[in-house]
Amino acid sequence: MEWSVMILKITEGLWESVKIFTLTLIFSLPLGLLVAFGRMSKNWILRNFIRIYISIMRGTPLILQLMVIYFGPFYIFNITLPKGYRFFAVIIGFVINYAAYFAEIYRGGIESIPIGQYEAAKVLGYSKSQTFIKIILPQVIRRILPAVTNEVITLIKDTSLAFAISYSEMFTVAKAIAAAQTNMTAFIIAGIYYYIFNFIVAYIMEWIEKKLSYYR
Amino acid sequence: MNLLEIRNLKKSFGALEVIKGISLNVEEGKVVSIIGPSGSGKSTLLRCATLLETIDSGELIYLGEYAVTTDKDGKAVYASKAQLKKIQSYFGLVFQNFNLFPHYSVIKNVTDALITVQKKPKEEAMEIGRELLKKVGLSDKENAYPYQLSGGQQQRVSIARALALNPKILFFDEPTSALDPELTGEILNVIKELAAEKMTMVIVTHEMSFARDVSDYVIFMDNGVIVEEGSPSQVINNPKNERTKAFLSRFDR
Ligand SMILES: Nc1ncnc2c1ncn2[C@@H]1O[C@H](COP(=O)(O)OP(=O)(O)OP(=O)(O)O)[C@@H](O)[C@H]1O
Ligand SMILES: [Mg+2]
Repeated sequence: MEWSVMILKITEGLWESVKIFTLTLIFSLPLGLLVAFGRMSKNWILRNFIRIYISIMRGTPLILQLMVIYFGPFYIFNITLPKGYRFFAVIIGFVINYAAYFAEIYRGGIESIPIGQYEAAKVLGYSKSQTFIKIILPQVIRRILPAVTNEVITLIKDTSLAFAISYSEMFTVAKAIAAAQTNMTAFIIAGIYYYIFNFIVAYIMEWIEKKLSYYR
Repeated sequence: MNLLEIRNLKKSFGALEVIKGISLNVEEGKVVSIIGPSGSGKSTLLRCATLLETIDSGELIYLGEYAVTTDKDGKAVYASKAQLKKIQSYFGLVFQNFNLFPHYSVIKNVTDALITVQKKPKEEAMEIGRELLKKVGLSDKENAYPYQLSGGQQQRVSIARALALNPKILFFDEPTSALDPELTGEILNVIKELAAEKMTMVIVTHEMSFARDVSDYVIFMDNGVIVEEGSPSQVINNPKNERTKAFLSRFDR
């Protein structure tokens, strides 16, 4: 295989990895907040349902969750899903897994805001939603950003787990090329790409953290 | 006219009865100070009056409008949400530890509720905010963040924030207790100025000479009840009750 062809294929794989990464964040960050609300809900049933969901998501490997989501419909319910389901399975798997992790981060952040902030807002006449959106959430985001950064960096590397259901993201592509060529070149190129990807994301997260550190 | 009437207010935390039937009236333009030992229920009383705690029984009336009434079984009944929202706008509260919004600049702390809650146009809110910052002597700190201010300055911002909404009555819960002694004066002066302008205020304080100077009426609370009340010269200078005397003997007046 020519170099240019190999690089092109791995770059296409990279594009798929970026897609998984981006879509996972777009959906799991807001979903995580909703899950956090459920986890803190006064409703006993909802709260415990969410607690169990989170503990399963964190207590079992993501790779296994992907398998269940991809193969489950067929083996359990005997439903044959269209070919494009592979991509959806990847996104669903990543989103519900990361939402669970983000939910716990949000919850920690929300619980760390002093009660006095809620009380000051209440006395000033802010509604509950105004209080959360204007007073609490901005402070929560600021506080949880380092933990979120950790998860985001982990996510970049986790995208490679999609290989378990043969979704052709970068790792899957590199593995196939390496096997065919019986050498490491493809892995090294993929490794460099992962590293650069990480570097850029880390840089952006650091920039956001700086932007938000105008107060203490 | 009574801006605030509290009638036979009771409040327990679990089995612990903290307010055991307190009644008090606050007339327009008057300053009422509440003094008493730690744990006597002063903060709880203020928090009940400002709707931060739920009353068990009793009545709470602002400007003749009921926030809380009591049903025939003696249980507190709160007014409708809309009514409470309206009553909420009659009062302001200054906290012991300020509770400023750390992510907002000083001017935004003062003006945000005007814009968000009262829906005032931004320019008008800014005008009100600047006027109040001038009043509390912080015009030059408009764009600072709370962490950049001293405790005394932060407390002055929080007073300006409460005043911005133009409350009819302002509550203070030990506004100087979190401050270094040399910073208490600047807060007490702001409050004295408000008193001179006939702002109606209810102040929980441990500053006896301040309470004597600024108040029209003083209430001594102990163990969830009012033990003695009257003019400052009666309660602070010539207390009749033994408990009041014992409490005041710890301060040099
Ligand atoms: N949220 C709460 N849950 C349980 N008990 C409480 C609560 N808030 C206050 N208490 C109790 O109620 C009693 C009165 O407390 P409160 O804070 O009203 O006293 P205080 O007069 O303001 O005292 P201080 O001068 O120390 O501020 C205390 O025994 C306190 O422990
Ligand atoms: Mg107190």
